[in-house]
Amino acid sequence: MTGYVALSPYDLIVASLLILINGALSLGFKLQLEKPLALATLRMVLQLAAIGFVLKALFATVSPWLTGAAALAMILFAGREIVARQERRFLGWWSYGLGTACMATAAFAVTIFALTTQLQADPWYHPRFALPILGMVLGNTMTSISLGLDRLTSAAVREKPSIEAQLALGATRQEAMRPFTRAALRSALMPTINAMAATGLVSLPGMMTGQILSGVDPVEATKYQILIMFLIAGGTGLGAVAAVMGAMMRLTDERHRLRVDRLSASR
Amino acid sequence: MLKLMKLKARSLKPFDVELAAGESIAIQGRSGSGKSILLRAIADLDVNEGTAALDGIDRSSISAPAWRRQVTYLATDAGWWGTTVGEHFGDWSEIAGELRSLGLDESCRSWPIGRLSTGEKQRLALLRALSLQPKVLLLDEPTSALDSEAAAAVEALIAGRRKAGLITIWVSHSAEQTRRVADRVFMIKDGEVLAA
Repeated sequence: MTGYVALSPYDLIVASLLILINGALSLGFKLQLEKPLALATLRMVLQLAAIGFVLKALFATVSPWLTGAAALAMILFAGREIVARQERRFLGWWSYGLGTACMATAAFAVTIFALTTQLQADPWYHPRFALPILGMVLGNTMTSISLGLDRLTSAAVREKPSIEAQLALGATRQEAMRPFTRAALRSALMPTINAMAATGLVSLPGMMTGQILSGVDPVEATKYQILIMFLIAGGTGLGAVAAVMGAMMRLTDERHRLRVDRLSASR
Repeated sequence: MLKLMKLKARSLKPFDVELAAGESIAIQGRSGSGKSILLRAIADLDVNEGTAALDGIDRSSISAPAWRRQVTYLATDAGWWGTTVGEHFGDWSEIAGELRSLGLDESCRSWPIGRLSTGEKQRLALLRALSLQPKVLLLDEPTSALDSEAAAAVEALIAGRRKAGLITIWVSHSAEQTRRVADRVFMIKDGEVLAA
């Protein structure tokens, strides 16, 4: 059988029985996850249904302004998610601004690169190409920046005595922070590297699976997936380096002092 | 000469002092009165106001790392960043004699940091700071974890360096030690640093 198989609401209802099994397991093991599970399921269905209609409307209009507005909304939500994942946040505007600015810059750069070179969409901002690619890159860059920032800020607080011992002995802020900056960058980049290593052997990525289910030739689907993995690697690398280096500078000052006073208390 | 003018940090009121080469002063005060804050402000490790100059060179005219290599702060419980003792020193042979004078084993170079007692850490941190050949040493309770014999060895070592021109500012809770090591004593009360 080839081609696209349309799903009916009945198909989805049958599949949702699996969620009921999860709920029953939660009750059986007294995990108290029934409410969060129900809420998450409801949110997932509503959010995906809504985005389906939104994307349909955007694809129909092909407006640069509406596409830009949708991209901006995605960036703002992702930025909020970065903040939410931090144990210790920067105080003031930096809390939201640093991660969001680095993520937006990296994700936009990589998406526009793909749209104007490999995909050559017409027009280049066509939402059918721009938004899914931006979403894929954004989601991964968001995770990578969250991990990197959280690792660095936690280390700065935990390792304050050793960092300040080095500063007191005449080390520069870059020297004193180097092991923690490196660890933060490794933490930020490893999920993408691991995902690339496991893709195709351990897991079939969601996008590729979706394309294959929609009737696309598997070889064509893998080409797209390879492109996406390259874009994700590029986006996470650029975004994480910018965010971690920016955070390192913000955690210190021009007189090479450690400034953990610029972080909020632990949540 | 170390010259501080209107040096001010957090709760401390502006403080002025001049110290000649080889001179030593002690800072006393209750716990939480701001003794460590003062030492950290001199080393420029915390945000502070006022001026500090060494031998006529204002610290704002040089980089902070260059200032701290000359005006070195030694915390009570100084941190360690490497795995073994030796990683924290440049030329180990240079400190061999001083290691022995402080009652430390020369083989401790290969010891993991976790093996050191608090007192050993305190003495090694002092040697680490002295190995920079600073002109000013800011000592924040440097013998708080030492017995009287080891504390005397530390005092003797620092006295030797003072003869070569090292300026020291001690924070100590011991009035006896203060009398032994300082030419002048200051007391911090209600944020004000006053001559005692």
